[in-house]
Amino acid sequence: MSAALRSDLDRIRARVGAVPDPELPVITLADLGVLRSVRQDADGVVEVVVTPTYLGCPALPVIEADLRTVLAECGHPDGRVTWALSPAWTTEWISEEGRRKLAEHGIVPPGPVGAPLPVRLGLGRPCPHCGSVATRPLGPFGPTGCQTVLVCTACQESFPHMKAV
Amino acid sequence: MTSELRGAVAGTRNRDIAEYALRLGDDALILCQRLCAWVTNAPTIEEDLALSNIALDLLGHARTLLSLSGRSDGTNRSDDDLAYRRTERQFRNALLPELPGGDFAVTIARQLAYTHYTSLLYAELAASADEGLASFAARAAKDAEYHRLHASQWTVRLGLGTEESRRRMQAGLEHVWPYAAELFEADDLTARLDTDGTAVAPARLQAAWGREVAGVLTEAELMVPAPSWQATGGRSGLHTEAFAPLLAEFQSVFRQYPGGVW
Repeated sequence: MSAALRSDLDRIRARVGAVPDPELPVITLADLGVLRSVRQDADGVVEVVVTPTYLGCPALPVIEADLRTVLAECGHPDGRVTWALSPAWTTEWISEEGRRKLAEHGIVPPGPVGAPLPVRLGLGRPCPHCGSVATRPLGPFGPTGCQTVLVCTACQESFPHMKAV
Repeated sequence: MTSELRGAVAGTRNRDIAEYALRLGDDALILCQRLCAWVTNAPTIEEDLALSNIALDLLGHARTLLSLSGRSDGTNRSDDDLAYRRTERQFRNALLPELPGGDFAVTIARQLAYTHYTSLLYAELAASADEGLASFAARAAKDAEYHRLHASQWTVRLGLGTEESRRRMQAGLEHVWPYAAELFEADDLTARLDTDGTAVAPARLQAAWGREVAGVLTEAELMVPAPSWQATGGRSGLHTEAFAPLLAEFQSVFRQYPGGVW
């Protein structure tokens, strides 16, 4: 790989990584961990490989269109966006920076994968308003498919929590 | 094996994968359409969100499976082609997803049967010899598990709720159970795909499904239905009378504006 190509791919990688998630614009695609690779394919075309968070996520076509725009802006109007299903995305791929941004935005970041869902009073995810763990699920799904809504029994506020998958 | 014969074997396998993906994709697509009807009708706004989010997951599953089907059978039809350009007899979904909505308990009974089946199926299918099916199933299994939890919790809540919720939940189970057996039907296609590790003969999942569902029903203090008959026909394109109106509604925009984009 020539130095010019390497620096071109690095530049594209930085640009596509900085694309905001359409549904949760506080975090970027790099924060979410959905960006798999930016490479030159065997046919010479520059390809961005991304993994969908949820197969039914309505943001996927928007992400694809955004990535095409960035590719065109970087001088690759014929660049390719490929969705790779395998390995399946997991919330473990969300970066520390991504978790911090979610928390700052009032969305409780996902817990470890495989941990039981909060079902009992006093064992829930900490309330972002008062810190109490006396929280319980209000609805299994929230404003987006990847979130669930909890309510704090201490301060009575409800708050979104990103599901661990 | 001559190269011609090898080619013919590969062709059969690809057509088998296409047909299998079509069955699973149609199940998800048609159930998605049924669940969408709950938006603004569910008992609470949280439940509107839950059922529509589950429908959205199912739409993602259907699109992935239908695309895989169109690629595998050599026609290169897209997910939209398969969803909107087929007639009633060309759909391969089991009859369970197409049943009219009924009350909330019927919907939950159907979710209970379907999600326990897909949780088991996708977990096994994640080890499929076919990379397309395996990568789909690895992701979809995570969604199915969440959907299963949702259905199980509602079943327990309705079973242990009031006399009325318990009566309706039991009636919902009795209503959908004759259709659940069709999910586990075996035929030549599932036998061939099971032999070479591409798919899971659904009959192999039935015992585990029965145990899991019975566990939930016991916790809910409900009875496991013992249906006196079993529905069949969906896998060969023979559908219930509720299916044509469902499809007409589902395909209406496409039929009025063929090729329309926005």
